[in-house]
Amino acid sequence: MTDSTAPLVTLEGVTKRYAAITALDSVDMTIRAGEAVCLAGENGSGKSTLIKVLVGVEQPSDGRILFDGVAQSRITPTDATRAGVQVIFQDFSLFPNLSVWENIAVTAERATGTKLVHRARARERAREVLARVGVTLDLDARVETLSVAHKQLVAICRALASDARLIIMDEPTTALTEREVARLLDLIRRLKADGVAVLFVSHKLAEVLEVCEHVVVLRNGAKVADGPAEDFDSASLTRAMTGRDVAETPPGALDPSAPELLVVDGLTKDGAFRDVSLTLRAGEVLGVAGLLGSGRTSLAKALFGLAKPDRGTVKLDGHDIPLGDPIAASGQGIGYVPEDRLTEGLFLEQSIARNIAVGRFDEHASGGVLNLRALWDEAGDWLKRLSVKAPDPQAPVRSLSGGNQQRVVLARWMARQPRVLILNGPSVGVDVGSKAEIHGIIADLAARGLGVIVISDDLPELLGTCHRILVMKAGVITDEVQGGGGVTEDDLSHRLAS
Amino acid sequence: MGFYPIAHGCKARAMKSFDWTRNEVLVFGVILAFCALAAASDPNFLSIPTLTDLMRNSIVLGIFAVGAMVVLVSGGIDVSFTAVAAFAMYATTVLLRDVAPEMGWPVAFLVAIAIGAALGAFNGVFIALFGLPTLIVTLGTLSLFRGALLTFIGTAQISNLPSGMRDFSRWMMLRGTDADGNFYSLHWAFVFLVVVVIFTWFILNRTMLGRAIYAIGGAPESARRIGIDVKKTQMFIYVYVGALAGLAGIMHGSLARISNPQDLVGLELSVIAAVVLGGARLTGGIGTLTGTLLGVALIVLVRNSLIVIGVPSVWQSVVIGALILLGTGLPAYQSLRAQRRAA
Amino acid sequence: MTWLRTPEGRLAVIAVAVFILMAMVNPERFLSVQNLTSMAFQFPEFAILALAVAVAMLTGGIDLSVVGTANLSAVIAATVMANYTGGGDGVGIVIAASGLALVVGLVAGLFNGVLVATFGLPPILATLGTGLIYTGLALVITGGPAVLGLPPAAAWIGNSTVLGVPAPLIVFGLLAAGIGWLMMRTSFGLKTRMFGANPLAARYAAMDTGKVLLKLYALCGTLSAVAGLIIMSRANSAKADYGSSYLLLAVLIAVLGGVNPYGGYGRIIGVVLAVLSMQFLSSGLNLMGVTNFAREMIWGALLITVMLINTLASRRTL
Repeated sequence: MTDSTAPLVTLEGVTKRYAAITALDSVDMTIRAGEAVCLAGENGSGKSTLIKVLVGVEQPSDGRILFDGVAQSRITPTDATRAGVQVIFQDFSLFPNLSVWENIAVTAERATGTKLVHRARARERAREVLARVGVTLDLDARVETLSVAHKQLVAICRALASDARLIIMDEPTTALTEREVARLLDLIRRLKADGVAVLFVSHKLAEVLEVCEHVVVLRNGAKVADGPAEDFDSASLTRAMTGRDVAETPPGALDPSAPELLVVDGLTKDGAFRDVSLTLRAGEVLGVAGLLGSGRTSLAKALFGLAKPDRGTVKLDGHDIPLGDPIAASGQGIGYVPEDRLTEGLFLEQSIARNIAVGRFDEHASGGVLNLRALWDEAGDWLKRLSVKAPDPQAPVRSLSGGNQQRVVLARWMARQPRVLILNGPSVGVDVGSKAEIHGIIADLAARGLGVIVISDDLPELLGTCHRILVMKAGVITDEVQGGGGVTEDDLSHRLAS
Repeated sequence: MGFYPIAHGCKARAMKSFDWTRNEVLVFGVILAFCALAAASDPNFLSIPTLTDLMRNSIVLGIFAVGAMVVLVSGGIDVSFTAVAAFAMYATTVLLRDVAPEMGWPVAFLVAIAIGAALGAFNGVFIALFGLPTLIVTLGTLSLFRGALLTFIGTAQISNLPSGMRDFSRWMMLRGTDADGNFYSLHWAFVFLVVVVIFTWFILNRTMLGRAIYAIGGAPESARRIGIDVKKTQMFIYVYVGALAGLAGIMHGSLARISNPQDLVGLELSVIAAVVLGGARLTGGIGTLTGTLLGVALIVLVRNSLIVIGVPSVWQSVVIGALILLGTGLPAYQSLRAQRRAA
Repeated sequence: MTWLRTPEGRLAVIAVAVFILMAMVNPERFLSVQNLTSMAFQFPEFAILALAVAVAMLTGGIDLSVVGTANLSAVIAATVMANYTGGGDGVGIVIAASGLALVVGLVAGLFNGVLVATFGLPPILATLGTGLIYTGLALVITGGPAVLGLPPAAAWIGNSTVLGVPAPLIVFGLLAAGIGWLMMRTSFGLKTRMFGANPLAARYAAMDTGKVLLKLYALCGTLSAVAGLIIMSRANSAKADYGSSYLLLAVLIAVLGGVNPYGGYGRIIGVVLAVLSMQFLSSGLNLMGVTNFAREMIWGALLITVMLINTLASRRTL
């Protein structure tokens, strides 16, 4: 469907500098009508800066941007909208309190300059777009009541309602199940046939490769790979993004005499997961692979007591752990490193030392009075042991990089000397170097006799760190594979999707 | 070709659109129960005089509540509107008395509305332009406006109102005596409340501006991203609320036939209580005029007629406090449980 | 001079500047022993309420029921005392009734804590509701008028001096120091501040957040009861609607003191400095013949100005 006239969007040597940091380094790129392009890169590679520059939120320090072959001097968000560039952010930027039709039509209606709500016209517009996309949704439903996939559809419809010619989708597949991704790809194909261009921006793009014509890879702000989609597969994409082969040495065989540590039997939480039974042995790293919505996070929270299961038992060293009580669970030696570090894991404005010590206040207090010296010494000790690069433990934890922040959360739990540590997405938002080091920490924990459960959608990570991997689908554990090189990533991915 | 199946979840939700735990329904139920109890203990309760009393007492409170709701919907909170109203009322009275005593009531009303809007704009500058927390700003301006009024304009009550305001106070829509010989009357001021409600309803539901108010209350960052001018919208809100407060103030003074600069302040928490009872959420984005008016009706009933159902009137604020706890506690507890379940 | 860049540093400068300014404008009267002691008798009651509000704000909440709690506690204590028919100055009954008032404050605070921690009510609404209820109950008990006829000993806490230092000031000093210590040096205090910084992360860190909130609001209630007793002692009576302007004043002082209304940040020393600035300013203005109303106006202006400075300053450092 590419046409021979001027490309929709052209970037020529686009550079963006913030003080000393170069976020984008002379990037060239073209997107044609009806074309889908993959923009791949790790966190911090400059992807989001590129989006901001494209939609006029930030101005490039150098280089130029052309819409329909016409160089733009200074792009404002309005210019970008007029040129048909629409972004669908990862959080969709919808209004949860408004109805489906309002969410779809509001931007387009605003663009007409109307002061009044033309209810009939707006509803009609929303209905048309929904029909074009081939979706039936209740126009009057409040968006907060919709599923994630439907919210994404509403966001796509909103872009289309504003006559989008280029839809930029930020991390479009992270929240979708396999089936939903398949439907999304179907939709993308139809949009392309309609002449709409799509730019996928993600660090996880293997899934969308099949609908893309073109792949661009960014690393440290610079374009490091560029070519037709057929030339890439998930391995080569990863290599291009990270700059190295991340083949890790999987853990050695588990000592067969290792005692059973955590025994979960028939754990069920209606609507989330059912009849989960598993055994974790001392020194074992157990992986849980599952798509978002498969129940993997609910299971982790249930084991840690943040959610209360309806049935089943959890035993640690043969003792029952009360369900739905995180304080009891942690008291008995279960720790949980949450998925969303920034909102669930860290106290961003508080000091690094306090972020580590938060679980140890009661242990370092007599009659409620803290022994501050012991508390800070212990925190400092953990900083050293996990080699956190922190100039000042009293500085706010927000000043640290993602990898170091994750180590702070790990240190918090390790200070409590848990028996079982549950890690949910341990390397999300962490740079490649730190990722390997975090995997090293996991191996070290296991070597010291802890039981570790790693939940992740990063299959190479699971294969590289776990003794065993459980596959979770629609709330049920459907499969179990041995780690340690027994299966390939493609094999595991197939088991997840089938 | 619809390759997406009908969204079952949404369909199911749309079917049971009547939600018994909605605040509007709860408050309506309490009002009915209250009336039933009152009618049982006093057969005269269900009468035209009771109704017109309720309506008259809802006027000023109702206009305040409409304004307070708009602010809550936008994700803010305003506690300064009573001071704005007192300022507008008293300053207008003084101005008219000293400058143009013969002017008609429409002039007085316009002046008061303009003063209210100007004070609202003062709030708006700090909230919209500088992004200060709304509660803190309006707490500050509550003292500031009240203090400035009493320092610079005057402290003495004015009972000899300018003729315009006096004329307004005599302007009855209907008056009469019911079958039992009880006198009743309804002032035209009630129509102002109706107009304010309709006008606000129109703004909120039929203009892009109104939708923008809901949008910034629901998701401020998303609103910014789709190009809604959040600052301008907030500025409008605070000016509008100020203007409404000015109107409520001048009507209060006219109806009471006295302009007391120390009046009105202290009412703000009851008004917010009424709005919250009506289902508006402190977190923004949610709130209806129906709910707000029901909330006002309930508060007015409790304030005026508690004695009729056999509760001594000293219990008034205990009852209102308990209603607030119930009205906000039930939905809060439900969402807390839902959250814990879904976690 | 980095301390100058903190809110507390700026406040210290403001407090000293206001003091010097007022002393310069009216040296004989402002610096007179009489004025200084009268200031020291005046501010502790609302300063203690401000401590209570500040402590609640540390968790990202607020306690709007402080004045209601203070009056309810005082009314109950005063009713008990007024019905005392024994002779003498009634030291025993005053102590017993004061103990009862503290228990009432504690229970009132615990009830707030239950609403917030167990039922998940937003603190602003929970305490708005309970504030009305507590005030209402005080009204129900008294029927409206003030409770009079307290035994002589009841006047001690609000009116006497120890070694020349006014008793209310001593009470405030001890409470401020105690709470400052509680927040900085105890497990409960650190948990309170961590919870205020990020309630969700606190839950994920297996913190006993419910218990922390319960204790915290119980503390607020007890502090309010202390303030109620001082108000009662100074007025030699108790009434359901004493100190109704104190709620605003208490919130104002807490915010002025640099406590972040969204939780997580705040220092007791800031609250103390804010109280002093307010008192210097209001006494000085009083001596200049400025009315109460003008003072109220200045307070409001001050609140907005300080908030503006803090916001702009923090924006610059980000």
